[in-house]
Amino acid sequence: MSKLRYSQVTPKSEYLNRRRFLAAGAALLASPAYGGTKLTGVTKSPLSTTEPVTSYEAITGYNNYYEFGTQKGDPAKNAQKFVTSPWTLTIEGMVAKPKTLDLDQIMKIAPLEERIYRHRCVERWSIVVPWIGFSLNTLLKQVEPTSQAKYVAFQSYYDPGQMPEGKHAGIKLPYVEGLRIDEAMHPLAMLVVGLYGEVLPNQNGAPLRLAVPWKYGFKSIKSIVKIKLVDKEPPTTWNINNAHEYGFYSNVNPEVDHPRWSQAKERRLPGIGMRPTLKFNGYEDQVAGLYAGMDLRKYY
Amino acid sequence: MNKILASRWTKVLVFLVCLVPVALLAWGFHKNALGPNPVEKIEHETGDWTIYFLLITLAITPFRKLANLPVLIRFRRMLGLFAFFYGFLHLMAYVWVDQAFDWPALWKDVYKRPFVTAGFTGFCLMVPLALTSTAWSIRKLGGRRWQRLHRLIYLSALAGVIHYYWLVKSDVRKPLLYGAILLVLMLYRAAIWLRPAKIA
Repeated sequence: MSKLRYSQVTPKSEYLNRRRFLAAGAALLASPAYGGTKLTGVTKSPLSTTEPVTSYEAITGYNNYYEFGTQKGDPAKNAQKFVTSPWTLTIEGMVAKPKTLDLDQIMKIAPLEERIYRHRCVERWSIVVPWIGFSLNTLLKQVEPTSQAKYVAFQSYYDPGQMPEGKHAGIKLPYVEGLRIDEAMHPLAMLVVGLYGEVLPNQNGAPLRLAVPWKYGFKSIKSIVKIKLVDKEPPTTWNINNAHEYGFYSNVNPEVDHPRWSQAKERRLPGIGMRPTLKFNGYEDQVAGLYAGMDLRKYY
Repeated sequence: MNKILASRWTKVLVFLVCLVPVALLAWGFHKNALGPNPVEKIEHETGDWTIYFLLITLAITPFRKLANLPVLIRFRRMLGLFAFFYGFLHLMAYVWVDQAFDWPALWKDVYKRPFVTAGFTGFCLMVPLALTSTAWSIRKLGGRRWQRLHRLIYLSALAGVIHYYWLVKSDVRKPLLYGAILLVLMLYRAAIWLRPAKIA
């Protein structure tokens, strides 16, 4: 082994500076919790509602993301250091062309559209969100589900190290969700990568999440790492936690109460007053056909 | 220490401190600083303070006995009435602001939703205590009957803890913590009650 000379040793100042450079580089790559990278080339979608959009402060400061704490302000506070790059998304199961995508490839799946969707939480509050993304069916068509695939299962990222509050959440993690394949193929079902013209803030489910606007918000799973095509109805986190209260379908429905509270009214935030809840969150014309003949009280 | 606690001004100070939570809420509401869902914030805060004041009130007797500070009894009525006050605000936030006095819907909630039943029960149990909180009442009822009536606070606090436990969706830490504190405060009373009678 050749003998190293003392003159070859990296001077301490340079060594320390290199670590700082690497840290700065890593900080650039990681999604910031607020005010992130602008997204360009975004077209406006005709699927948008004309209702006024909820403020950026409300959308990014009032969140249910229990992995980062169960109070509404916790995710904005605790998700600041959440590392969302590099990211890996796998699409697997009953598909002809399974895929593994990195962040760059995710952003290039389809042209980006801005869709202003209503978002209705099961807790009776609602907001209007300018999501940026594309129809989930674009990605699903690329992987070619087989004829056996009847459902789409989703899984969220979970890392107890970055998400220490998760163990107090009272729900089993990692967070899982699912859709029937025709629900997933519906044009309204959206894969979201941005919000208000920028990449998704961490507390809103960076770097990619679902927006299924005709269902209660907990179905719109955040920080997706796995999509799997399956033939049996997949488990969903809130149904596992309390099957009596949270069903697989969880379509917004003023006629079907939550066991502990009525769903007839909701509160548009920010605000105080209540307004009537709309069937399928106002998307009845577009999605009612998916449930023709189904007893929505039985399949809640 | 005893002199400070016995002073009239200490009582005034404690009274003002007890008003701080509602003052902060009112100010926050006025300044639009309670977040995008201020009704939820007000409901949660007033609910928390109702339980806090119930537990503080229940802690007076054990604390004054164990710390040998009998003067603390001076504060018990005020703290109990503040529990009723915050309970009333909590009920009003729900009945008035949240449900806009929709009596049919509200009545349905009371009998259909167990957590509302528990909460409403907890409040109702405080009403006779608030009404009989004066010295006149103690005289009229007689000390013994008054004492027995006011043991309803144990049930009210329990109803409050159950109300909270039944309303949370999954994070049960705070209801369990309040339940544990209530249990300790009740164990003290159980220990006193079970103590063999001292021969005079």
